[in-house]
Amino acid sequence: MAKVKKSPWVLHYDGASCNGCDIEVLACLTPVYDAERFGIVNTGDPMQADILLLTGGINAQCQEVVKQIYEQMPRPKVVVAVGTCACTGGVFKEAYNILGGADTTVPVDIYVPGCAARPQSIIDGIVKAVALFQQRSDEHDKGIVNGSREGES
Amino acid sequence: MSSVIAIVCFLVLAPFLGGFLDGLDRKISARMQGRIGPPVLQPFYDVHKLIHKQTIVVNKAQTFLMLTYMAVQLFVGVLFFAGSDILMCFFLLSTGATFLVFAGSVTHSPLSTLGTNRELLQMMAYEPAVLLACLGFYLAPPDHTFVVSELIQTPVSAILYLPGFFVAFVFILTIKMRKSPFDLATAHHAHQEVVKGITTELGAKNFAIYTITEWYEKVFLLAVVALFVVNANPLSYIAAVVVALAVWFLEILIDNTCARVKWDVLLKVTWVVTLLAAGVNMLILMLVF
Repeated sequence: MAKVKKSPWVLHYDGASCNGCDIEVLACLTPVYDAERFGIVNTGDPMQADILLLTGGINAQCQEVVKQIYEQMPRPKVVVAVGTCACTGGVFKEAYNILGGADTTVPVDIYVPGCAARPQSIIDGIVKAVALFQQRSDEHDKGIVNGSREGES
Repeated sequence: MSSVIAIVCFLVLAPFLGGFLDGLDRKISARMQGRIGPPVLQPFYDVHKLIHKQTIVVNKAQTFLMLTYMAVQLFVGVLFFAGSDILMCFFLLSTGATFLVFAGSVTHSPLSTLGTNRELLQMMAYEPAVLLACLGFYLAPPDHTFVVSELIQTPVSAILYLPGFFVAFVFILTIKMRKSPFDLATAHHAHQEVVKGITTELGAKNFAIYTITEWYEKVFLLAVVALFVVNANPLSYIAAVVVALAVWFLEILIDNTCARVKWDVLLKVTWVVTLLAAGVNMLILMLVF
């Protein structure tokens, strides 16, 4: 089995967030938290990413973008919803333009609640995502795709 | 026989050395920024993972072009360590880089195309210094030759005759190693520039090929730096390794202390440094020796 868990590359996409969670996501990469010590790289390229980090609710405009980014990522992949808005839609849930949380558009694996989610909990969420990433990679090597929800679009 | 050993050593050890230097680079960069940084073996974990990801190819020609890019860059190192013609090495190096440019442009992605255009611009910026460096090795007395196996047998180090060429070459090394402030086409580290520049549309596996090729290329470039120092005295090899590592450390320092510049600044600064350092050095060599 390939040990892929030592190299999780994260793609961060901001849906319709207030930027609070985005600032906390970037704070994870600063010297205080230094997520890179786990091999985490904040990449901008979906084709080379492993973990999709979604912040903010999903609206009609960004839904297609999120779908496209998710589909461009090579298997195995994991989706993490960061912040209350990405988990459920948050305070914007009833707004006319908001469709809801990230799981209205792509299959979310890990939910990190908080408004804004603290860097500690974001890193904790990513570490959980990394374990799932390793599990999916093992399944991917065995040729199992349906064991996870990766086949869906 | 010794050239065969050198070729085999290059082909087998260069990716490990390049990857290890890359890991140290990330560690040192992290320490410079007050972070702990990833493990030194992180680049190997990254490539290992990239190879195990699903294959995604935007255009079928991509894989062929990337493999050709890798093969040509490997051949450059083989020629160099076999003690062949240094002019041929650098011509081939540019040819190999052209295949990367093709791979970046076949997808028609706007991000990748922008990165590709910047890569061509960077090539335009560094090419004069590279060609002048070759010329410098030829002009350096006593024996006028382009052949590496004869260049390493000179009685005195080439750097004594070619300080200007050395400065120009180290300057353009920042472009070749994709370090800030000259990382316009694509950044060496996780820094993003037009998403991932020329490598934006490379799928995980092709990106692994790209990374390994970069390791080979890095070892070749540092070997050229070492060639400035090596002479007939065996002790000079130690000095050459020290100088190559010092240059490598200088690049990391520059990377961590400079902000990315715009393309016109890149072109002007590089050409001015090349003309002033290498050009003046060449004039002196041609007039005096």
